[in-house]
Amino acid sequence: MDWGQILNNAAGELLSPVTAAYALAAIGISVHFGYAGLLNFGQAGFMAVGAYAFVIATLSLNAPLWAAFLAAILASVVFAFLLGIPTLRLRADYLAIVTIASAEIVRYVVSTTGLTEYTGGAAGLSGFNDAFVGINPFPTGSYGFGPWTYTANQLWIRVFGWGLVVLATVLVYLLMRSPWGRVVKGIREDEDAVRSLGKNVYAYKMQALVLGGVLGSLAGVVFVLPRAVQPGNYGTTLTFFIWTMLLLGGAATLFGPIIGAMIFATLLTLSDGILRGLISADIITFISTTQAGQIRFMIIGAVLMLLVVFRPQGIFGNKKELSFNV
Amino acid sequence: MPQLVRRRPILAVIVAMLGVIVSVGVLVLSVGLGPASATTEPAPTPTPTSDFTNTFTIGGIIRSGDDPLEGVEVEVEGQGFSEVGTTGADGRWAVSVPSAGDYTATLLPDTLPEGVSPRDPDKVTRDVTLGTTNTVNVLFPTGEREIVRTNIADTILTRLVYGLNFGLLLALGAIGISLIYGTTKLNNFAHGEMVTFGGVVFFFFGTVLNMPLIAAIAVTLVLSAFTGYAQDAWLHKPLRRRGVGLVQAMIVTIGLSILVRYVVLFFLGGNIETLDTGLTETVSFGPVTITVASVVSMIVSAVMLALVGLFLTRTRIGKATRAVSDNASLAAASGINVDRIIRIVWIMAATLTGLSGILYGIFRQVNWNMGFQILLLLFAAVTLGGLGSAFGALVGSLIIGIVTEVSTVWIPNDLRYAVALLILIVVLLVRPQGVLGRKERVG
Repeated sequence: MDWGQILNNAAGELLSPVTAAYALAAIGISVHFGYAGLLNFGQAGFMAVGAYAFVIATLSLNAPLWAAFLAAILASVVFAFLLGIPTLRLRADYLAIVTIASAEIVRYVVSTTGLTEYTGGAAGLSGFNDAFVGINPFPTGSYGFGPWTYTANQLWIRVFGWGLVVLATVLVYLLMRSPWGRVVKGIREDEDAVRSLGKNVYAYKMQALVLGGVLGSLAGVVFVLPRAVQPGNYGTTLTFFIWTMLLLGGAATLFGPIIGAMIFATLLTLSDGILRGLISADIITFISTTQAGQIRFMIIGAVLMLLVVFRPQGIFGNKKELSFNV
Repeated sequence: MPQLVRRRPILAVIVAMLGVIVSVGVLVLSVGLGPASATTEPAPTPTPTSDFTNTFTIGGIIRSGDDPLEGVEVEVEGQGFSEVGTTGADGRWAVSVPSAGDYTATLLPDTLPEGVSPRDPDKVTRDVTLGTTNTVNVLFPTGEREIVRTNIADTILTRLVYGLNFGLLLALGAIGISLIYGTTKLNNFAHGEMVTFGGVVFFFFGTVLNMPLIAAIAVTLVLSAFTGYAQDAWLHKPLRRRGVGLVQAMIVTIGLSILVRYVVLFFLGGNIETLDTGLTETVSFGPVTITVASVVSMIVSAVMLALVGLFLTRTRIGKATRAVSDNASLAAASGINVDRIIRIVWIMAATLTGLSGILYGIFRQVNWNMGFQILLLLFAAVTLGGLGSAFGALVGSLIIGIVTEVSTVWIPNDLRYAVALLILIVVLLVRPQGVLGRKERVG
């Protein structure tokens, strides 16, 4: 088995656009759950809304790139309002159930055969990347070194994705040390106390929901830019994986979601590579390569359980600044 | 450091559970339920960068109702390759293709037997993508021509009966969620896997090992009850002891759900399995024709639900359960052993949910993802009826079951779950406490 290739793949995953998308989505949930105490289990829905709004605007409406991005952001704002209006006045677990249900509704709607003309049905859509590739500022050539060797287009999508991650991180950092951020964190700690100070808790929660949702939809766009959009990717499992990344890094921390996403993606690729390598080298003979792919997800499940029980604050988190009893 | 001393057991238990699940699975594997090739790759995986296998197959089963059709031809084209597959006596066809990529599979309707036609004559061509999986199954629903009904009232009536059946079996699972939520305030996301467990264990004993129906059901229910015991005794009771918060415990159940789901996929494979109950004759009530299995399923659900109702209202333990749901501290103060009640509730919930898994497997089919697919419907049912109210869960389940089935008269089949979830959101908007829930401040 080729250790070099396995390590190479895993290291390449560290900076892949998918990892950037995961990180953005995790920052979104960090705003929701880590800072505002909102249990959003529908981040996959926000990602799907962003991705599909972007793609449909590009393909069906022939919108220019900036308008497609705007469409993704607007769609997620509308989606956040739809979610927030019925649930933000209710207890936290209602929001959890409604967000997870809405994300599934989105997935059912985009994969239904009746809308194939616009959404591509279960097969999804592709061929929307031309405009994005067209504004690639990097001249053709080979960039980087080792596992991080990219063509101009590969470099462009990575610079773009991680650029968004950096922007989002700076934005969250500035917001959370602003008066607005202090109120939001106050709501997480004690909603009634904040209400008694005359703050409109409902409005603050809604703003936090919209902010995290927009980050989620941008994550959805970054997720599909280098490939096709497929409804099967936006299942509840995706949301749970992003939660795992967030909890791995630390929920109410600045770099937790990013590091969590990097560790998650790298370990996923590494463990897969090692297992497949061992099978192809006939060291492990009692499982198939398909089954090897499934072992990783068992590990994710077990890691999520252990993390939440033993280190709920994650790698970077501060246990004091984490409210699980929302 | 009591903190440290207490930590070990949970760690050990989670590791042990992983071990137990895997070793049970290995046992199952060695008895003969071989690892079937997966038809669907687990959802969002980063695409593997290289292939280690080189066999790619597109295949499927063509049936009319429950009868496999022999000699039906399917043409597979793509990647400069074209071949026709023909179904065998078991209705299966398969075409080996040279490489991964996009293909189309076209059912050749002329080869279908007399009186059988594609259910949707405009959709005999399917796009197939071989990407991360080596095998893809393509389904072509076919049926007898007279399936096209003209009388909408009859269609609605038939759907209503199907919906009632679906609602009743959902209720078995939903009452489990509701009881657990009522007594512990825990949203159990691993509940879907308890449904899957029931279906898969029943499939293994009833269909693979060919045990008699009653014996297979009994074994399934006993094993299901054990999973309830295990979840409380080995996971949730220690978590409560540690003072782990409810949201944390909820995320633990999400982890457990992912773990168990992929363990099931590992051993069962991605195939969709049909349960063999031997009850496939149909009976007609006026315009409604359903299988004997569905009738039995409805009777079993109704009887079980009545028994649960009697248990909750008439027995001492049932009354104690409702007392704990109402106010656990007060119940404890008046001499009720809360931990014991919670244990009983977990066992009861797991048994009922296992039964609903069996019935759901008969109603639809068994696969690794079946419980997770209806988990949200279960939550929707419980929330609709009012969180924590067992009778509310019944009402909510019937609403969800009937809505999902009847709505297919007007909207596409693949959107019916979306309709059920939409109703959940609308109800929360106007009546947050649910249909039967007590009016209390929930925010």
